[in-house]
Amino acid sequence: MVQAIRMALHVAEERHGVTDIFGEDVGAPLGGAFTATQGLKTAWNSPLDERGIVGASIGLGLAGCRNVAEIQFCDYAFNTIDLLKLAGMMHWASNGDWNCPMTIMTPVGSGIRGSIYHSHSFDATATHLPGFKIMMPSNPRDAYGMLLSCVVDPNPSFFLVPKALLRVRAQPGEEIPGEPGDDKALSKLIDAPLGDRSKWQPQWPDTPDLFVPFGEARTVRQGNDLTVVSYGRTLPLCAKAADELSAEGIEAEVIDLRSLWPYDWERIVESVRRTGRVLYVNEDTEVTNFGEHLIRRTVEELFYELVAPPRLLAGKHVPGIGLADSLEMATVPQLPSITESIRALAKTSA
Amino acid sequence: MSSLRPVPTSPEAELSPELLVQLHELMVKARVLEERLIQMYKQGDGYFWIGGPGEEAFNVPLGLLIERGQGPQYDYCHFHYRNSGTLLAMGADPVDALRQMKNTATDPYSGGRNFVGHYSKREWNVVPVSSPIEVQYSMAPGTALAQKRAGGRGITIVTGGDAGTAEGDFATCMIWSSRPANPLPVLMIVTNNKWGISTSWAGQHGEKRIADRGKGFGIESKTIDGNDPEIAYREIKAAMEYVRTERKPFLLEALVSRLNGHSSASGANRATDEADCLQGFERRMEERGLLTRARMDELRAQYNTELQAAHRRIKDEPQPDPATITDHIFSEKDLVSEGRGDK
Repeated sequence: MVQAIRMALHVAEERHGVTDIFGEDVGAPLGGAFTATQGLKTAWNSPLDERGIVGASIGLGLAGCRNVAEIQFCDYAFNTIDLLKLAGMMHWASNGDWNCPMTIMTPVGSGIRGSIYHSHSFDATATHLPGFKIMMPSNPRDAYGMLLSCVVDPNPSFFLVPKALLRVRAQPGEEIPGEPGDDKALSKLIDAPLGDRSKWQPQWPDTPDLFVPFGEARTVRQGNDLTVVSYGRTLPLCAKAADELSAEGIEAEVIDLRSLWPYDWERIVESVRRTGRVLYVNEDTEVTNFGEHLIRRTVEELFYELVAPPRLLAGKHVPGIGLADSLEMATVPQLPSITESIRALAKTSA
Repeated sequence: MSSLRPVPTSPEAELSPELLVQLHELMVKARVLEERLIQMYKQGDGYFWIGGPGEEAFNVPLGLLIERGQGPQYDYCHFHYRNSGTLLAMGADPVDALRQMKNTATDPYSGGRNFVGHYSKREWNVVPVSSPIEVQYSMAPGTALAQKRAGGRGITIVTGGDAGTAEGDFATCMIWSSRPANPLPVLMIVTNNKWGISTSWAGQHGEKRIADRGKGFGIESKTIDGNDPEIAYREIKAAMEYVRTERKPFLLEALVSRLNGHSSASGANRATDEADCLQGFERRMEERGLLTRARMDELRAQYNTELQAAHRRIKDEPQPDPATITDHIFSEKDLVSEGRGDK
């Protein structure tokens, strides 16, 4: 996925007018803590100052410069909330006069044993910031197409990158058109070498414009027994659990929400009307969780069509994710807890 | 920034009589506007007042010196909520401030959404003023970066008060503007009125001068008497010229008065222990024979009458339609692709 992000940023600066890709360690020589910004011509290193990064992103946007600002881990964005709030209201507060094209790209969530301050989620916080559009990919091609959508949009956007998926490969048939099918071949083209990189130049494959529309979910698995709605790291786990439960005669429909704001309520409604059961899965802390909002709408709008109470499987409401494997496993949804939640919901009747 | 240039010297030349008369007129206009806004608040024609009485001697020259326009070739203005004099000097209609005070649908700055003094005008690069203190200092390097890249003489001007300099955003602005990799054309202005709401500067800040903080970053800086419009005009002009030509930051601290307290939350009553820049300037104008007391009284009465009439008039203008709360959450227009960002 990280290479998909890098290719999207290359396309963004070559064809879509992105003038600045910046943040801590974003430029040479490192090219990003996760290597997402290696070899990009507009990438530069900023001071270690998240408020400065978000502020400069706003300023650039106000001056009409499309930009991608990276917060190295979303955990470090919490001291920028007021600036993010202001970015989200520039257009509204000026009664439509100003707009602010800017993309905040930040790795989110668990999965790399990141301990307390490299494992936070940001979807609940981001969805509390009206005025932002929010994308969160679960596979490399979506990452590519979502980032390009964020970049060309005239509004502030969050591109939330599930760090646990940064090293995943595309499923067969889901590659980005134009990229070499062979991982090693792609790596040779665009991964910076170890050691001295001063003379290295990436060889970018010719990849096309590809935009994942805001507000368009994707059904990744069809089924009629229950609906599972997820995004980001937990989405592939939901799909896997659903595949496994097929052997037990449970056919779950799995929807990748992809765009958190705006979101594809119509697709959820269509599915839940068919299945009568819905499970929302994400890993942010469970209190005032975005899934709770979706449950509220489900109850208000679909109550009489449900055959079981809607469920949310989310992160535990604890201050952080502990370092030890046992602590991380116990804190955020994993394959066993997702499988069990799907199984339990499939067997629940009103 | 290894070799510091000498601090720009103030041009010795006297300001022309015409300019002095213009400065005076705008200062009176700004003062009368603020007094009217306070009256509106006290009469129930607004929920909250905040503004800049006492800062006219600095704010008016600033507005006259700004290169007004849209896009990176003109000055970007990241103001705080005490810049009414600057907006008037830039050519704003004072009646529009009354509209914002009365939160009418006709308020051109926010359509009735924001407090008075929270100006916003894309056509003039005036970015939306925000209530949170000092955030504008974090945004300023962004517009300045666009200007540095675009070339030309456009600069970014950011204003705020003394208390706000305690926020990290002030340091952010100094650090981002003075990066050796790419110094930026930012004119950082602090109008120091010695107060943060009810807390005095003296009790909270060990630094002698805010301007001194620039030294650590190699940023040229100066502290000036912001209650004297002639000094303010010359010093702002010199600082602007430095930023326009050197494409580097400058930190200008102006010592000013706060004549009506922080806001309506503290009563908005006239302070008796603060120097009034307008009184001092009027005395000098009279002594030099540039204006008579009668002419100055007449001018004030004229603005008073005009704004009183405007106050009555705008009271009947419509309030925003409740159905519009969801308008303008997102821009549908792609202003970047349309090239409007470059104008």
